[in-house]
Amino acid sequence: MKSIADLEKIRQKTLSAVNLRRESEGTRIVVGMATCGIAAGARPVMNAFIDEIGKRNMLNVVVAQTGCIGMCRYEPIVEVTLPGQEKVTYVHVKPEMVARIVSEHVVNGNPVVEYTIGAAEK
Amino acid sequence: MDLFRSTILVCGGTGCTSSGSPKLYERFAQLLAEKGLDKEVKLVKTGCFGLCAAGPVVIVYPEGAFYSGIKVEDVDEIVEEHLVKGRIVTKLLYKGSTHEGTTEIKPLDEIGFYEKQKRVALRNCGVIDPENIDEYIAFDGYKALAKVLTEMTREEVVDCISKSGLRGRGGAGFPTGTKWKFAMGSTGKKYVCCNADEGDPGAFMDRSVLEGDPHAVLEAMAIAGYAIGSDQGYIYVRAEYPIAVKRLEIAISQAREYGLLGKNIFGTDFSFDIDIRLGAGAFVCGEETALMHSIEGGRGEPRVRPPFPAVKGLFGKPTILNNVETYANICQIILKGADWFASMGTERSKGTKVFALGGKIVNSGLVEVPMGTTLREIIYDIGGGCPNGKKFKAVQTGGPSGGCLPASMLDTPIDYDNLIAAGSMMGSGGMIVMDEDNCMVDIARFFLDFTVSESCGKCTPCRIGTRRMLEILNRICEGNGEDGDIERLENLAANISKSALCALGQTAPNPVLSTLKHFRHEYEAHIYEKRCPAGVCHKLLNFEIDPAKCKGCTLCARNCPVGAISGKVREAHVIDAKKCIKCGACMEKCKFGAISKK
Repeated sequence: MKSIADLEKIRQKTLSAVNLRRESEGTRIVVGMATCGIAAGARPVMNAFIDEIGKRNMLNVVVAQTGCIGMCRYEPIVEVTLPGQEKVTYVHVKPEMVARIVSEHVVNGNPVVEYTIGAAEK
Repeated sequence: MDLFRSTILVCGGTGCTSSGSPKLYERFAQLLAEKGLDKEVKLVKTGCFGLCAAGPVVIVYPEGAFYSGIKVEDVDEIVEEHLVKGRIVTKLLYKGSTHEGTTEIKPLDEIGFYEKQKRVALRNCGVIDPENIDEYIAFDGYKALAKVLTEMTREEVVDCISKSGLRGRGGAGFPTGTKWKFAMGSTGKKYVCCNADEGDPGAFMDRSVLEGDPHAVLEAMAIAGYAIGSDQGYIYVRAEYPIAVKRLEIAISQAREYGLLGKNIFGTDFSFDIDIRLGAGAFVCGEETALMHSIEGGRGEPRVRPPFPAVKGLFGKPTILNNVETYANICQIILKGADWFASMGTERSKGTKVFALGGKIVNSGLVEVPMGTTLREIIYDIGGGCPNGKKFKAVQTGGPSGGCLPASMLDTPIDYDNLIAAGSMMGSGGMIVMDEDNCMVDIARFFLDFTVSESCGKCTPCRIGTRRMLEILNRICEGNGEDGDIERLENLAANISKSALCALGQTAPNPVLSTLKHFRHEYEAHIYEKRCPAGVCHKLLNFEIDPAKCKGCTLCARNCPVGAISGKVREAHVIDAKKCIKCGACMEKCKFGAISKK
């Protein structure tokens, strides 16, 4: 290491690994991972979110899991909460939908309406 | 970039290691691999979380679930429920870590034990993996060194430390900035030393810093090296701290690999390296001149000061020697500024202090609080008070050099000067709590016994004087105390304090003096009434059998080594006080609680 820039590089590279331990007020992506969710394919969905967030190096986003919220027929369910905004619930999420949710909603703040529970119930 | 959805922190401090955390770590690693979770869940072994009494401790993020007292069997449940299904295992959570009546998890700093704490020296302990330099860097590690080397002059660094008001955390409380300034003024080869020879019974602050955040010490030593103009550091650490030594070795080799120790750090002309020297376990080697003799390969004996180490220290060269915890504060002061540090604490004692809570206390462990916090807050609000509803009697601070403070002084705000005024001292930060079952004469005897065996023998007052004091204390505890013993103790104490060569001898009488000051009646009861009010000193006790409770089972009589108990089967037994040697075997064996000591 010859410069402070090198130090900063290591810091940035490692931040992602320690990010969960830091206090963060950022975006939360919560994947339903109870038996129903897992059976419906929540794990590949969650991994797709982790990959996508990792690729974009978004340190203020936490991908977490939760239990069953009682709407098993809609699993896999993913809730996305941006700071200061209402929670948006996506249902029947598939891995191929993840990239769009991240780019349109998480990055640009426009929920993908057609994937949400509101659209599914119509 | 590797991203994880969850992080499991397993405490790898000494306390949790002895209560079984390495097995938990292995089991987690095995189960995560079996279930294919190892790519999405990160497993980290950290330093001490502080709550050693509730160990082994495991924290799972992002929820911040604080699991305590975890057994290997519990790991399976945590993995299956929490990590696979996303359901927190509420029954394994630390009591008080959720909002009352709910399963909603409180942030760590709202849990009773942590609420009043302010972690500066311990900021990374229990948060980062101490064996991974990248994690330290991610938490702003080596940023202070970079700042110092590229933006600050040597004078500015010393000035910043002076302004912060930081005082030595090893016990004496000498202003760190002043010490650095002395050394900065001299020329030629100089050394930076770290005192990690933590020897006070019951103290484990430095151990936890070294185990949980070794790079913080290395970085601070390099900063000190830049400030005073030294290129070589030594860490003198006890060989009895194997985990700390191992993590220091790993940290030093990682720092060298990254070029954060060695030649031309950050491309500047500043070079600095650090070596470890192991102490062989002599208490006196925590004294600065003895420590340096020991590093040089000589016998660990102190010498007369002056010359002070800042003028003539290691290998006869100007040297600064600071304690581990002092160093642990340095980087934060550089990064956040002297004013930030000086905003915490009291007028003459700034910042925070780490205390090792032990003895008769519910939450034994490690706590860090701002200076000026009262003893009551530490012992009751953080420590949870004495267990089993026993009454608090005294708290011992400062180890063998400190003193015992009674309940009436619980509201004393802790700082260097208040503790000295109260007849004790800050010391390195050991805090041993005593309840009504502790005999204060016996406590004084315990500490003096420690100093007598740890006296290096170089000067007469310490070698012979402390031994004479111990003989008097032994006599008092055995019921042979004489009129005039208290005065003899006081006289000896005053002379030893004045004439001993180093701090070990000068402060050795403190436990006796402080107990004499606050608990003189206990000494008098031992000497004049031949009784021990707390029921500790066996020779002064009388064992009696309550005829109403005795069933005549003969168990006590059969176990009495001197045949002092007599009685017929199914009839109440009696103890012959003349024959009784007060060993307590009968009381231990009695199944009916019929035997009492008075």
